[in-house]
Amino acid sequence: MEFAALLKNLLFDYTLRTVALGSATLGIVSGALGSFAVLRRQSLLGDGISHAALPGIALAFILTGSKESVVLLLGAGVAGWLGTLVIIGIVRNSRIEDESALGLVLSVFFGFGLVLITFIQKRPDASQAGLDTFLFGQAATLVESDLITMGALGAAALLLMGFFWKEFKLLSFDPDFGSALGFPMRVVDVLLTTLLVIAIVIGLQSVGVVLMSAMVVAPGAAARQWTDRLGVMVGLAALFGALAGVSGALVSSSVPRLSTGPTVVICVSGIVLISILLAPNRGLLWSWLREQANRRQLRVDAVLEDLYILAVKHGDIRRAHSIEVLRTMSIGHGGVDRSLKELVKEGLVSETGEGKWALTPEGFEAGRRLESSGDEER
Amino acid sequence: MTAVQIEIQLVAALVAVTCSLPGVFLILRRMAMMSDAISHAILLGIVLAFFVTRDISSPFLIIAAALTGLLTVSMVELLNRTGLVKEDAAIGLVFPLLFSLGVILISRFAGKVHLDTDAVLLGEIAFAPFNRLELFGYDLGPKALTVMAVILLANLSFIIFFYKELKLATFDAGLAAVLGFSPGIIHYGLMTLVSVTAVGAFDAVGSILVVALMIGPPATAYLFCDRLSSMLTASSLIGVIVAITGYWLAHFLDASISGCMATMAGIIFGLTFLFSPGRGLVAMSLRRVRQRLEFAQTMLVVHLYHHEGLPEEEKENSVEHLHEHLRWRRSFSERVVWFAKERELVERQNGFIILTERGRAAAQKAITG
Repeated sequence: MEFAALLKNLLFDYTLRTVALGSATLGIVSGALGSFAVLRRQSLLGDGISHAALPGIALAFILTGSKESVVLLLGAGVAGWLGTLVIIGIVRNSRIEDESALGLVLSVFFGFGLVLITFIQKRPDASQAGLDTFLFGQAATLVESDLITMGALGAAALLLMGFFWKEFKLLSFDPDFGSALGFPMRVVDVLLTTLLVIAIVIGLQSVGVVLMSAMVVAPGAAARQWTDRLGVMVGLAALFGALAGVSGALVSSSVPRLSTGPTVVICVSGIVLISILLAPNRGLLWSWLREQANRRQLRVDAVLEDLYILAVKHGDIRRAHSIEVLRTMSIGHGGVDRSLKELVKEGLVSETGEGKWALTPEGFEAGRRLESSGDEER
Repeated sequence: MTAVQIEIQLVAALVAVTCSLPGVFLILRRMAMMSDAISHAILLGIVLAFFVTRDISSPFLIIAAALTGLLTVSMVELLNRTGLVKEDAAIGLVFPLLFSLGVILISRFAGKVHLDTDAVLLGEIAFAPFNRLELFGYDLGPKALTVMAVILLANLSFIIFFYKELKLATFDAGLAAVLGFSPGIIHYGLMTLVSVTAVGAFDAVGSILVVALMIGPPATAYLFCDRLSSMLTASSLIGVIVAITGYWLAHFLDASISGCMATMAGIIFGLTFLFSPGRGLVAMSLRRVRQRLEFAQTMLVVHLYHHEGLPEEEKENSVEHLHEHLRWRRSFSERVVWFAKERELVERQNGFIILTERGRAAAQKAITG
């Protein structure tokens, strides 16, 4: 009933629908483009860009006096883009490393933005609303025209991503090979960064400066766990981003005084946690299970090998040995009972009554194979 | 200057020095973004501790924030150790989550407590002098002054006590581990300092400006310092300059003090980046231009020397011809000839260039090495 009511709200409540659509758009775009940042170990670039966007927003407002989101987003984009160029310039021309340059640009641009904002607050025409929302994000203030702006920008960014797919793939995995093939990798780098700037700018209004970095990193990091293919990863990241956006909007709408931005971040963090734990092959649960299976197999092999050695030493394949002997031989391995049961099931060992165990002919063969493969490895 | 102004500058300078000391190690250990992560994540610790103590200046807040800082660091490490997420992504996952939890707690209980995200994120150092520390009826100055002095003392003593260990762990972590210094202890010790410094400073300058003060001055010092001790001293000095100039910039612009301090940190970094003698961008490009001219000058004198006294001398050694022969652009040949003439290696005689005695010697030296 609860769920049905939520669904009904999602479809028919104007504010909720707008917020959910906005968050979904930002999730899709930042998830898809953020995947590249995650792969290129530039996850924190998103954090830098979103902070660096602040003076751009403030300047755009000071220069034009307009609170149209298109104008402010344009300012944000230019400033964020400039910030990344400054980072690249510092790293190329001095001994300062990426991390430090990023931190420096992030904080200095943001600080300069604060200075500009104090100017705005002194203006009589500025109730400063519309600017505060960019700091912490207020998805609830989204209106339909914002959605259209976000959708158009996002669609353009995704289209360009599709168009330059091959180049971006090269840039992410083997830029040197790309240069050797004759692709202008620096240009491709700047282009990809520009698209990331667009993705971030789209999200600033709904989740804000600080939390936008999570929307760049988290969907990509989660998607990475499920696949080894770039195409699937980008698609999954977009899906996870959208999922987090919509569920965050829904949860925050049904709980009083719960802002959308942080809720979306918590949802996306949940998706990351689930992916890290449960994703097939890479996930922690899977590698734990695999490890257990390997251990069991090793124990079984050890018992089989012990029986083979005994058989060879005694010169009698069918001679049975008590479990105590096997236990003594496999000190520290443990689980001899279970291993024997496993071997019996496989038909390699048979119980000859009164708790004694012997190899079957197949078991002797298997033991010999195991022994000789062990010798080869040695 | 009024007493209030002096006190604000004192607090600002103290905050800047306190921040820049651990910042030096963050830069050298390539962990600058850790300061960003910690300064955001401690919001959660501050909020939780505030709910318990109901006092924004309780020392318990500092402990809680330090614990949150360590929690951030260990969560990042835990994620990193699974091998499923790279370190940069791990940082980017952990701190927004902790920060979000903090923001949600604040907004859920916003009505009941006096604590808002703006104050934590942006700080207001101008209020520092009004929150005074009084003991037995005596006024001991602004509370922030005492708090920051204690934290500065803690930072200083950690750095002085563990100077050798820090140095070793920073520049040769492998050797440090072999010699038996646990890199973990140094790492977590440093992270505790960063957390405590961040929480002490957030009240005055806000959490994002903490990052500017932790990274700006040390990064500037790193541009021209080659010794750890001189980098520590230089970044403290730059920190003080940033604080004082930032304050006066804010005074004249009538703008946010912490914002102006961050702006000054950026401006001072930019000026050093461009104009520092030796390694600055301008000095480097000038040197590059000079090296290019010097190399071209050697080419010129060797070329002249080769054709000296030979029948083709007239043709080869005219300015007209140089750019053809040496594949230089016209304007560049003119500049090289001018450069060599200034150094009295060549002379011009009706359209030709001839070597002087010194030029001949230089050419011989260039050929024989």
